[in-house]
Amino acid sequence: MKSAARIAREVQSGETTATAELEASFAAISRRNGELNVFLHVDQEGARDQAAHIDARVARGEPVGALAGVPIAIKDNLCQIGVPTTCSSKILEGWRPPYNATVIDRLALAGAVCVGKTNLDEFAMGSSTENSAFGPTRNPLDPSRVPGGSSGGSAAAVAADMTPIALGSDTGGSIRQPAALCGIVGVKPTYGLVSRYGLIAFASSLDQVGPLAKTVLDSALLLEAIAGHDPRDSTSLPEPSPSLVAHVEDGVAGLRVALVHELVEGADPEVLEAVERATAALADAGATVVQLSIPEIRLALSAYYLIAPAEASSNLARFDGVRYGLRVDAKNVTAMMEATRTAGFGAEVKRRIMLGTYALSAGYYDAYYGQALKVRTHMIDAFARAYREADLLIGATTPSVAFAFGEKTTNPMAMYLSDVFTIPTNLAGEAAVSVPFGTGEGGLPIGVQLLGPGRSEARLLAAARVLEIADGRP
Amino acid sequence: MSLPHGWEMVVGLEVHTELQTATKMFCGCANAFGAVPNTSVCPVCLGLPGALPVLNERAIDLAMAIGMALHSTISPSTFHRKNYFYPDMPKDFQISQYDLPINAGGYLDLPDSTRVTIERAHLEEDTGKSTHLGGSGRIHGADRSLVDYNRSGVPLVEIVSGPDIRSSTQARLYASELRAILVATGASDGRMEEGSMRIDANVSVRHADEPFGTRCEIKNLNSLRSLQRAIDYEALRQVELLEGGGRVRQETRHWDENLGATSTMRTKEEAEDYRYFREPDLVDLAPDIAWQDRVRAGLPPMPAERRATLSARLVGANDAQLDALEVVIDLGLDPFVHHAIDAGVDPGLALARGANELAAGLEDIARLNRDAFSATLLMEQRGELSSTQAKTVLGELLAHGGEPGTVAAAKGFEQLSADTLGTTVAELLAQFPSEWERYRDGDEKLAQFFIGQVMRITNGQANGKAVVAELRARR
Amino acid sequence: MAPPLRREDVAHVARLARLTLSEAELDMFTEQLGQVLEHANDMSALALDDVVATAHPFGLTNVVREDVVTASLERARVLEMAPDAQDGRFAVPQIMGDAP
Ligand SMILES: [Mg+2]
Ligand SMILES: [Zn+2]
Repeated sequence: MKSAARIAREVQSGETTATAELEASFAAISRRNGELNVFLHVDQEGARDQAAHIDARVARGEPVGALAGVPIAIKDNLCQIGVPTTCSSKILEGWRPPYNATVIDRLALAGAVCVGKTNLDEFAMGSSTENSAFGPTRNPLDPSRVPGGSSGGSAAAVAADMTPIALGSDTGGSIRQPAALCGIVGVKPTYGLVSRYGLIAFASSLDQVGPLAKTVLDSALLLEAIAGHDPRDSTSLPEPSPSLVAHVEDGVAGLRVALVHELVEGADPEVLEAVERATAALADAGATVVQLSIPEIRLALSAYYLIAPAEASSNLARFDGVRYGLRVDAKNVTAMMEATRTAGFGAEVKRRIMLGTYALSAGYYDAYYGQALKVRTHMIDAFARAYREADLLIGATTPSVAFAFGEKTTNPMAMYLSDVFTIPTNLAGEAAVSVPFGTGEGGLPIGVQLLGPGRSEARLLAAARVLEIADGRP
Repeated sequence: MSLPHGWEMVVGLEVHTELQTATKMFCGCANAFGAVPNTSVCPVCLGLPGALPVLNERAIDLAMAIGMALHSTISPSTFHRKNYFYPDMPKDFQISQYDLPINAGGYLDLPDSTRVTIERAHLEEDTGKSTHLGGSGRIHGADRSLVDYNRSGVPLVEIVSGPDIRSSTQARLYASELRAILVATGASDGRMEEGSMRIDANVSVRHADEPFGTRCEIKNLNSLRSLQRAIDYEALRQVELLEGGGRVRQETRHWDENLGATSTMRTKEEAEDYRYFREPDLVDLAPDIAWQDRVRAGLPPMPAERRATLSARLVGANDAQLDALEVVIDLGLDPFVHHAIDAGVDPGLALARGANELAAGLEDIARLNRDAFSATLLMEQRGELSSTQAKTVLGELLAHGGEPGTVAAAKGFEQLSADTLGTTVAELLAQFPSEWERYRDGDEKLAQFFIGQVMRITNGQANGKAVVAELRARR
Repeated sequence: MAPPLRREDVAHVARLARLTLSEAELDMFTEQLGQVLEHANDMSALALDDVVATAHPFGLTNVVREDVVTASLERARVLEMAPDAQDGRFAVPQIMGDAP
């Protein structure tokens, strides 16, 4: 499939049309969606209207945006007017939002064509897309394995060449981990860089919307289109969208890169080896390499699995059967709410709601939630110290390549541990990229993770581009 | 009411007031009371998945104005989520300030010079409104309820007093003084009957100088009268309980206006676990000095100061006038009274018309300008309008607006010409010769008789003073 | 160090969260949540008394909007989402008690 950059260029120049590219996307979806279960909903009519609108503008010589005519897949936790939005949960089945997420509006402004909504772990809670009420998504590179999660559908859409780019959301690694497992690029932007308005909240202080793409350049294009201040999100950073595409080829000469011990600790040998080779590639390109230890990273998992569920328990309270979505009738309103929530939520969602409710409840707040917030501060301080010695950190995205279905579903703690390298960035509110680098067991891709301080996306993408070239994708 | 000898009540009040902003606390929906149900709602105030709150700047201005009027310290503050499930609350949590309120501490001096401390005055959002179907139309026994979210997300300030109030009369005084302050700052319209100001009372009893007793919180006090009755009832209930050897259970109680009694709503053991935590969708609030100064500069004089100013113009006021003064201050009508006095109206007359006619027409007060008020009273004072006519003219001005002269003319309240009055009086004297005789002999009471007759004949158009002048001239 | 999670804690939390759990689910959640909380005990060893809790990664303050009315949703569209509606309002079964 053509890259997003190329489609936009060709649509603008008239070499192709948005409609032709959309039909190619539809064709790819119909070829493999039955097998892979990537899209929960394909918005044929809406997407065709959007594409026709772009083509009409081009025909009239009117300006079209940087993503003109580029088909894009949308994670199904982003609200789009009139398009079913489920969060892969029975509790929202059939709900059609009456408003657009800010990122959806920005995509329209950039000329992108929203093809449909992709599968995810219910309410983005999971690392394998096995927790979807509408069945798991399969990894396009090896359908016996998971695509990762929770943005597994969006990662698979790109990996299966259904769309060149996709939107995901990352609360504890939900963009980077599936990107790594599907062999594509995923960016977790700085907290506040991309508006959360219209992103159905999992953990508000950690959630960020971000791009999944085949190439670093496409990630930069997409991120630039969706980033920038949004007055509808109080936590949105005050500045406009940064310039990223212009810096993709900046290289890493003169940058200090630190290989972090705790970001490869416990990883499979083939993963460790890929990270070391990637580090060497950055050195070859002119970076200075050091080794660092950030022991606070070991506490991230514990803090995350209290903070995220605590916020989630409150965010998901609104699904009570009163105003929208599922209702299971009962004799009084309390019983109705309880019956609705019991029937509507899957096991993992219930597990996290219970955990978060407990962490916030009277008597346990200080020991759990309060302490986790302090650990969060502790971690932010530790990263700040690290960034005095290095401009970028490097490590693994995941401890292993894509795992098989059912491998971790019986033991939640084992599943949670697969996010151990990605979670620290979310807690710190900083930025990170996962870029494919080499392969491991069964020829499956390995993701290398680059981490930077807040607002370092341009630097991270330039470094990721160096690795992309070194890995043989010029 | 007083408690049995040796007992003292201890009362603290929590007053919720809706703020008079154009829009809701966290979204741009109109803050419109009583609009068609569910027409002033959006993704934010309906709690739709993905929607996020953004603070209304004006709500913060008004909250600070309240704090300044109550001598609070304006402080850096945060927002929390108070989590509980209830169908009129779209997110199933309320955004409220918790450990760090915008206004910390303060006090309110009552007209009787008691100082009531203010613990805090914080921002929070209102809920939607339920209507109960079936049963008695009340929540208990209803089999179905309907929810309107127009009120959901309307900004509130909750003002929490210290336990400094010692009688129901004082509680009433506090509530009415606070209401006057809220009206003065422009933060609230102070209308309890419409629910824009709502009061909960914490009541306990003790023997004087002993430590505080166990308190009960009374909900649903929708008028100053209910407030006073409920506190008296509850304090007496607790005294009787304790004197009978029982003990007071900490609980929330509901005031039933019809029964005139409180009843258990929820005991402490059943109290919700609200799982308060910082609202992650909002950032800290820390109004700087410039912002605070801007709000302070816009603050009008407060009721206590206005009371002193007006009372200085009413030298030797009687009790009725002092009551009228309270009404005028409470309702914010004193600018009309001052304007009239400045224009030359007798202070007593200006106060009376303010406390009666203007107070009765408060809802329409925007239609009446101060010049029209003063002009009407001057016409009355000069004898061009009778007092009944002046009241009618004021009522008409409030209802439809206009100019007093035009309104009076349209009502036919024109002065009788001196000729017509003279003719009418002459005819009357011929008709009632013996009464005229007695009047001429000095029986002044008969002047009233003749005034009454003239009024009857002229349909009230004559002026009493003019009739007396006519009689005197002929005596 | 917080006390170990008990079955009755899980039952209490389920009530707070408006979830009904079967006996088997109660057992399962008690064990699984217990494991996560036990893992979290690695944090309790840390002396963080002087550390300020971070609720937001970036210290933004005073983010406000002007008090200007913007369009509300159309009522028909709002009620179309409702599982049950009557007389322009959202309908719910019997409410058992006053709001707290
Ligand atoms: Mg409150
Ligand atoms: Zn609204």
